[in-house]
Amino acid sequence: MNRIEIKLLQTDIDPLSSINFVSDERSGGLNVFIGNVRNHTQGAAVLKLEFEAYEPMAIKEMKKIAEEAIKRYDLNKISIQHRTGTLLPKETAVVIAVSSDHRDAAFRASRFCIDRLKETVPIWKKEFLENGAVWVSAHP
Amino acid sequence: MKIQIEAFGIAKDIFGKKHIEIRLQTGCSVLDLKETLMEKFPKFKALRSFAIAVNESYALDTDQLTETDKIVIIPPVSGG
Repeated sequence: MNRIEIKLLQTDIDPLSSINFVSDERSGGLNVFIGNVRNHTQGAAVLKLEFEAYEPMAIKEMKKIAEEAIKRYDLNKISIQHRTGTLLPKETAVVIAVSSDHRDAAFRASRFCIDRLKETVPIWKKEFLENGAVWVSAHP
Repeated sequence: MKIQIEAFGIAKDIFGKKHIEIRLQTGCSVLDLKETLMEKFPKFKALRSFAIAVNESYALDTDQLTETDKIVIIPPVSGG
């Protein structure tokens, strides 16, 4: 049984497909984290974001996170989907769905995965503001 | 030895292109490469940090590089 689904997509993410992937008969708790594009950052309007990925490594690193989350939280299944390309406010950049026998593990695993993803997965986000564009987090 | 480097995100902007070639001493380490990059492209010093991926995994500063390695600069990531 395949317990891990990882996708890096240039087209819209369908959160329902992640929910369907992690649903099974033994899982009583499913948790879904959805990361959307926000139209503002530090008081400035955000017009759009561009996501760039080092694709083969991004997939490997997301898989490592999924494997670690299964081990740490005794998950049953996990699905991680991330976008590349141009996204507008309200569009979905990332979906992480996890399932476990009971809800507590699912809540905790969900946060672990998104926090780790932001630290290790080689994906970069460029914010387009009214007065220019910046690579997020590049500088201290 | 000559190594080929691929860049993403702000590293690509610093090089002004996606791929560059750098000449290094044979058997040099990841740390040697980082120091060479900061010397040739001082803007790397202004970054929060940057990592080197070798063959699609994060490399340690002490890892040795060879000409056939797939070397990629990983500036601070910002996915999610």
